[in-house]
Amino acid sequence: MTPETPAAPDGAATTATVDAAAPDVPPKVPPPAGGAEPRRWLGDRIGSVEVLAALLVLLIIFREPLAGALSTPRLQTWTTVFVSVMVQAVPFLVFGVLLSAVIAVFVPRSFWARALPKHPAAAVPVASAAGVVLPGCECGSVPIAGSLIRRGVTPAAALAFLLAAPAINPIVLTATAVAFPNNPEMVLARGLASLVVAMVMGWLWLRLGRADWIRLPRRPELDDASRGRAFWAAVRHDVTHAGGFLVLGAMAAASINVLVPERWLQTLADNAVLSVLALAVLAVLLSICSEADAFVAASLSQFSLTSRLVFLVVGPMVDLKLISMQAGVFGRRFALRFAPATFAVAVAVAVGAGAVLL
Amino acid sequence: MNRQAQAVVLLLLGGAVIRACFTDLYLNYVKEGLRPFLIAAGVLLVAAAVMTLWYELRPVPRAAATGDGPGQPEARAGGHDDHDHHDHHDDHDHHDHHDGHGHHEPRVGWLLILPVLGLLLVAPPALGSYAAGQAGTALASQQQPSDYPPLPEGDPVRVSVLDYASRALFDKGASIGDRRVQVTGFITAGPDGQPILARMVLSCCAADGRPVKLGMTGNAPAGLADDTWVEVTGRYSDRIGRDAVNDAEIPYLDVESWRQVPAPKQPYE
Repeated sequence: MTPETPAAPDGAATTATVDAAAPDVPPKVPPPAGGAEPRRWLGDRIGSVEVLAALLVLLIIFREPLAGALSTPRLQTWTTVFVSVMVQAVPFLVFGVLLSAVIAVFVPRSFWARALPKHPAAAVPVASAAGVVLPGCECGSVPIAGSLIRRGVTPAAALAFLLAAPAINPIVLTATAVAFPNNPEMVLARGLASLVVAMVMGWLWLRLGRADWIRLPRRPELDDASRGRAFWAAVRHDVTHAGGFLVLGAMAAASINVLVPERWLQTLADNAVLSVLALAVLAVLLSICSEADAFVAASLSQFSLTSRLVFLVVGPMVDLKLISMQAGVFGRRFALRFAPATFAVAVAVAVGAGAVLL
Repeated sequence: MNRQAQAVVLLLLGGAVIRACFTDLYLNYVKEGLRPFLIAAGVLLVAAAVMTLWYELRPVPRAAATGDGPGQPEARAGGHDDHDHHDHHDDHDHHDHHDGHGHHEPRVGWLLILPVLGLLLVAPPALGSYAAGQAGTALASQQQPSDYPPLPEGDPVRVSVLDYASRALFDKGASIGDRRVQVTGFITAGPDGQPILARMVLSCCAADGRPVKLGMTGNAPAGLADDTWVEVTGRYSDRIGRDAVNDAEIPYLDVESWRQVPAPKQPYE
């Protein structure tokens, strides 16, 4: 919430008041027919748009010192990694959000009832397998899963899809094959292990999950009778919402990228247990998109194949930017339970798959 | 953050992405192949912003005339806004319970200003010697010696750092022979403090950027600052170094001549 604070005039507008004042601001919109008299707050003339404008003006004025402060090699690398994670993710985020808005607005609820098996336990594997056909990054699949739950798909199936889609789509498997030219079994192991993790998590949710852990924000605009209006409202909301959490995740990933030198890993590679744990944690921290993680895994050659398989299975399912986005879309109570559970299942399944297949 | 501010941020983000695509700035961060998708995403962001402003600022009476159907758009809009106000009121009052999420209008959206600033104001450079020093050379996978196609025509023949390094390591230089090769990369400090030539390799974005490192013997460039781009001409050397970071092999090039060059348009290979 820091961005708005510096520009808040004379410090009076706290985040809460800015936020609360927001809906009252647009002066250009005539009061809606039958609408209530807009409430007046202390800062009723200073809304988000004004804060934003002031912030941008300040930033342009202080551009030189700002650029100067970012010129040390470490900070510069941080900024480069942060910006490139965002640039890389923007198309996936936008297309994922578009698809989720289509699901939320245009695909009738009855479609999902027909497309998925009636019984939730049977819907889980179908949804996991459906992940194969959607080539996308994990950033896109979070809003899509949110939309699916909103449209009445059983959460277990939507969550299985959320985990499977980034991990086992054709682009990712092809990239894995290219990155491991001498170990084609890596592709099979990755695909199977990821599919199993997605299904296990779906079924686990059926047994242990509680509906009230998922707190989907109220979205009255989705029920707007004008489809166009509802569609663009959904796109706008999801891009700012999921995108904001993506920024948080990208900042965390950039920090890890700069702060954890690779040579630290060297010392862990020789121990079988430590190397698995180290790469599992690294996958969470680095938050590399699933299309690229195979190349990074290939370059971690001092580690065993099994520990690199763990890296590839955990990465697309649990990482900083995903946890951040899941906390935003489904609520923090959900993310705090779902992410560690997925992590444990993914590590266990990947080690098992490594023992059998590699 | 209200909807109009969201629209402005989306407009800025879309505009920044499109601008980066047309100034080649994007090549500092991602692969060239992503450009059409970036442009499409940028256009969609701008469209979302424009549509949001259109629905927000459209006078209600005109909505009835031009809107999506005869009937109750006016009443609908009224009811809609009413609902919104109510939501915000709720949010404000129960702020503590909501714990930062579950908001109708996401405050976390403010953070989207940061990538906009990164692209428009800061425009950080491509990964350079600092990143190269942090990571081990990318040519670490134990590849079997495989058949490399003969080098293309030309003397010296232009090859990528990655191509030379993999031929030198995995082919023991057999497909290079005594041909003269020319590679372009930037200067960074090697394991023994001597300058080496490096080039970053991307598979997706700069977060997965890994360096390919190349040692230099013979008439090696000296006295250059880190991150200086040089074009080096030389022949295969069978000398092998070790990367201190990941203990992988670093091939060498026997340098005949070199010259300083401006940073290439595509900083990565």
